[in-house]
Amino acid sequence: MELILVNIIDGLVTGLLLFMLSAGLTLIFSMMGVLNFAHASFYMLGAYFAYEISTYLGFWMGLLVAPLLVGVVGAGVERYGLRRVHQYGHVPELIFTFGLALLIEELVKFIWGNDQVPYQIPEILEGAAFTISSYNIPAYKVFMIFLSLIIFGGLLYVLTKTRVGMIIQAALSYPRTVEALGHNVPLVFMGVFGVGTALAGVAGVIAGPVLSTFPGMAFVLGSIVFVTIVIGGLGSLGGALCAALIIGWLTTFAKAYNVRMEDILTGIGFEKPEPLWDSAWSDLWTLTSPQIADILPYLLMVLILVFRPYGLFGKRDV
Amino acid sequence: MKKFVKLSAAAMLSMALGATAVAAENIKIAFIDPLSGPFASTGINGLHQYQFAAEAMVNEKGGVLDGQNFEIVPFDNKISPKESLIQLQVAIDQGIRYIAQGNSSGVANALTDAIDKHNRRNPDSRVLFLNYAAVDPALTNDKCNFWHFRFDANADIKMDALTDVIAADQDIKKVYIIGQDYSFGKAVAAAAVKFLGEKRSDIEIVGNELHPIGKVKDFTPYSRKIVASGADAIITGNWGADMLGLGKSVIENGFDGPIFTYYAAGSGMTAAFGDSAKGRVRLISQGEINPIGSEEARQIYNAFKAKYPDGNIDQSRIFNVIGMLAKAIEQAGTADDVVAVAKQLEGMEYDSMWGGKLFMRPQDHQLIQNMHVGVHTDENIEFDYDNSGFGILTESTVEMASMDSATTCKMRRPE
Repeated sequence: MELILVNIIDGLVTGLLLFMLSAGLTLIFSMMGVLNFAHASFYMLGAYFAYEISTYLGFWMGLLVAPLLVGVVGAGVERYGLRRVHQYGHVPELIFTFGLALLIEELVKFIWGNDQVPYQIPEILEGAAFTISSYNIPAYKVFMIFLSLIIFGGLLYVLTKTRVGMIIQAALSYPRTVEALGHNVPLVFMGVFGVGTALAGVAGVIAGPVLSTFPGMAFVLGSIVFVTIVIGGLGSLGGALCAALIIGWLTTFAKAYNVRMEDILTGIGFEKPEPLWDSAWSDLWTLTSPQIADILPYLLMVLILVFRPYGLFGKRDV
Repeated sequence: MKKFVKLSAAAMLSMALGATAVAAENIKIAFIDPLSGPFASTGINGLHQYQFAAEAMVNEKGGVLDGQNFEIVPFDNKISPKESLIQLQVAIDQGIRYIAQGNSSGVANALTDAIDKHNRRNPDSRVLFLNYAAVDPALTNDKCNFWHFRFDANADIKMDALTDVIAADQDIKKVYIIGQDYSFGKAVAAAAVKFLGEKRSDIEIVGNELHPIGKVKDFTPYSRKIVASGADAIITGNWGADMLGLGKSVIENGFDGPIFTYYAAGSGMTAAFGDSAKGRVRLISQGEINPIGSEEARQIYNAFKAKYPDGNIDQSRIFNVIGMLAKAIEQAGTADDVVAVAKQLEGMEYDSMWGGKLFMRPQDHQLIQNMHVGVHTDENIEFDYDNSGFGILTESTVEMASMDSATTCKMRRPE
């Protein structure tokens, strides 16, 4: 029973981290129609910037400064790269961001090397915050949960309650009218891209110490972020949160319990083939849930695309 | 004056050209391992150690035979067996006769089959397979062939030595086995179950599972299961990012027993473990680093650090590969006839600078050597890893481990 609660907390951490990554991506997509392949690379940049800053000024300065730096880099990419490519249509944009992802990975390798860098959690957050029976809940995880929730709340507030948010939403649907009213729409786009990448940067800063900071970290998370926003519905912030949490809990529970395919199959009335090793289905019968945990989100995505192509909360087709 | 400059330049040029023409052709060794992707750091560190070993042990000492140098030619296999076979073909087409590979037994299994076939069909361009780290026992048992030489101890030998330490610790009553889902991970798990059953039948194996290799982002759910199982110790064959992720995660989530590993050192891992894993992570390996095996090894290590300040010698067996290959080529009197070289390698006895004697067992081409179990600590460490102050301190040694172990190898030798 306690284990379920612990797994719920662990899944929540994974989900919220994924949300912070996908929030930026879905925001950028809904605003500019750009699928940013380099998004996970900004997440990696966040981790590396924070590591570099933390060696001089400590973790907290890293948390404060690194996302800003990433945001500035992101805004620069939009201003001097994407904006020029934009006029040629969506395919060149895709290719541009794809190339950018490769470039950033090579740059990171060039500057910080191929090894993991020793980016550590701050001392004050080391150790357990509390224990549920014999399971430690690390203080750092609690910190991650709170930080993500604060960011989600702030984002929601800015987008729905403030003047800036209204302009952004208006620019989303009627860019020409907004421009005619005297607002600088390209500036809005640049801002959104900057904030979106900065969000990815925050995710990198707080994930770096626990998921380890190495040049492959963008690659490992790159595809799952896209799965998240497709399941949630392209352009929907609430959908991204929902999908991220579903994925977090789905993978956590699948890994934490050894559900065997054998039990499921016999449960629904199939007979176990004897001898098993001779059967064409032996691979299927010997599967366990931890083995397939990481492909479950992709399975879910396929199902969503078949039955609800615009995602859980999306308003438009993928 | 101008004319003189031109003339002397021309003279120097012709001298340089002449020099390259006179110098004997290099003996090339193809290094086929991951140089990009999630396991790139492991591969690139290995490459540096090969390049350094070839320079320091052969080239700077005047080369082998009549002054031929060793040259390491890197090929990136992205840790894919398919890609490795392509790279193998490229290497063979370039006239390379020695193939070094180590990361992933899946790759090694594919390579050893391909090389066996190639050598049977093309007696004129045969190659030798110098396996320095792929430890799936099958490679020197059912799948053995004359062309494959393994310089690392196989998973069974390592587990035999590791379980000696576990069996001696009466506090360990429950063990959790976790590994990567491929031939090597399965071999480790099978060996652990077998040896624990023989040595300490009272130890309960409370978990035995495999996870996808290189794909797990967060090991927390696995750590929860391990803690929930009440295990006193963990055994894992994980390497690279999978080892770091697992190790950090179980320690963070409240596991407080020892972690017995094959590869939990170097490549940034030691630094990342830092203080949290002190006295907890134990590691089975060959070669003595702390305390160092010999004065020669100390000099080599210091020279390596001078060249690669961020590097580690975490695979000292690479130096054994180069040393034994050079010796075999000298004794055979040729580098082109790999059958002659292989016959010299078979049964070779070699004194390693990392301490102890090495013996290449002729019946299965498995190197027999001293095995050491060390602990991750910052005390009495002369050579740390990752410049972290932490390193591996040898705690116990098994001399000539598994010298008489059985093998199912039935080797076919060329006439």
